[in-house]
Amino acid sequence: MDDITSAAAEPDRLRLLRVLGPSHVWALGVGIVLVGEYMGWNFSVGKGGMIAGLMACWVAGLLYTCVAMIDSEVTSTVAAAGGQYAQAKHIVGPLMAFNVGLFLVMAYTMLEAANAITVGFLLDTVAGMQGQAGLNQQPFIVLAIMFLAWLNYRGVLATLTFNLVITAVAFLAIVALFVSVQFGASAVPLDFSAITTDPLPYGWVGIVASLHFGLWYYLGIEGTCQAAEEVRSPARSLPYGTMAGIMTLLVAATMTWYICSGLMPWEYLGQAGTPLFDAARVTGSTGLMILLFVGTAFATLASANGCINDASRAWFSMSRDRYLPSWFGAVHPVYRTPYRAIVFLVPIALIFALGAPLDQVVTFSILSGLLGYTFMTFNMVMFRNKWPLGKIKRGYVHPFHPLPTIVLLILCSTAYFAVFLGYGTQLSAMMCFYIIASLWFHFRRYKFVRRGDQFTMPWPKPQGY
Amino acid sequence: MWDILEYAAWALSALFGVLMLADLIRIDSTYDNELLISSREGEIEATAERHEI
Repeated sequence: MDDITSAAAEPDRLRLLRVLGPSHVWALGVGIVLVGEYMGWNFSVGKGGMIAGLMACWVAGLLYTCVAMIDSEVTSTVAAAGGQYAQAKHIVGPLMAFNVGLFLVMAYTMLEAANAITVGFLLDTVAGMQGQAGLNQQPFIVLAIMFLAWLNYRGVLATLTFNLVITAVAFLAIVALFVSVQFGASAVPLDFSAITTDPLPYGWVGIVASLHFGLWYYLGIEGTCQAAEEVRSPARSLPYGTMAGIMTLLVAATMTWYICSGLMPWEYLGQAGTPLFDAARVTGSTGLMILLFVGTAFATLASANGCINDASRAWFSMSRDRYLPSWFGAVHPVYRTPYRAIVFLVPIALIFALGAPLDQVVTFSILSGLLGYTFMTFNMVMFRNKWPLGKIKRGYVHPFHPLPTIVLLILCSTAYFAVFLGYGTQLSAMMCFYIIASLWFHFRRYKFVRRGDQFTMPWPKPQGY
Repeated sequence: MWDILEYAAWALSALFGVLMLADLIRIDSTYDNELLISSREGEIEATAERHEI
């Protein structure tokens, strides 16, 4: 009990522990995302061919660079668990904050479920290679979620240190494959002849359609700011970790496209389940094959781990403000984690992991993420208008405002269209869900919110108010 | 071997679930709920990083 209150002058309050540094922030952001390099991105090649896959990689990279820059500026100022939820609450208003909080919880919980499904698929592949066809994947899916939830329950430092190690291994595995192939370790040479012989098999619309899956390369990097209340120096660590994260991902994404497109025909690559692992198999090197299998497994676990961390922080923050029942806003007195939120989200992740198809789960995650990115555009404009530069201290100021905001909005609109081309029904269903949830919040829930308590940042009055 | 691994995975899953639930019940019955939900947003900012130019 002696660590519950560190300052005698302050009332007895439990807080999340401030123990993380920039490397943990990097591990959280890149850890969530890197699985996208190992699987999923390659469907963009299937939608539009090799060139479309590369354009999706770089256009999505531009979109997420804008996201990272905008997020870094705002979150270096609004350093609170909940990330974009806390930003929306202070800058836009309660209804927007409620929706953003839901976007975060849905995006991360769905992504966690998708990762658990992938763990089951990976082990099924290994079992199949050993002659055990038809492995029951369910116990491994459940184990992945239960183990990582338990790890998150026990403390954030151990959780994100674990993420740092396995994310670094997964990233280095991609670098090792790239370097090995470049120096002739592959039995099959790189072949990019399809760029000239079959440049755009589905025309320009193929490029637009491929953008949907191009988002996979970077989806979730904005999750770094969920750690805001647990880093030692939010104003420095968050921008540093986030920007280092997006740079890592841009390098990893380009190397991934280069290796996979060079080693495999685009027709196969466009529907492969584990493209980097398949590329390692094509090289004929057993060492690379084992390394990339380990990389795939680690990337998947790191992503699920980071998703549990982020979804629980968003749920916890909303509950702390009574946007949801305050019972979920509890902090563990020993481990200092939002333990009730972590436990509550476990069965939800299990339901989706065991009962929903992978592509649907992934699409719902992408859509929730996209809605969050759209929010960032007008959030940024309102932030700069209400608190111009010089009015409050910022840990990071992003350059060329409002250009990144405009670029982000244009790219988000294009991505909505791309998603609509393939998953129009899901897009409509998702919008209906958020509209109904908003009505519930406005008419039934907001009366429980302590309105004065929810605005916590010691900022001056906004300009014009 | 995979059959044994499946059983082991079920057993470990149950173990982690029980560990979390048992600890949650123990904490909830040991500590006052007002203390457990006493966390407040923004205290870091108020005490450590004042937004003043």
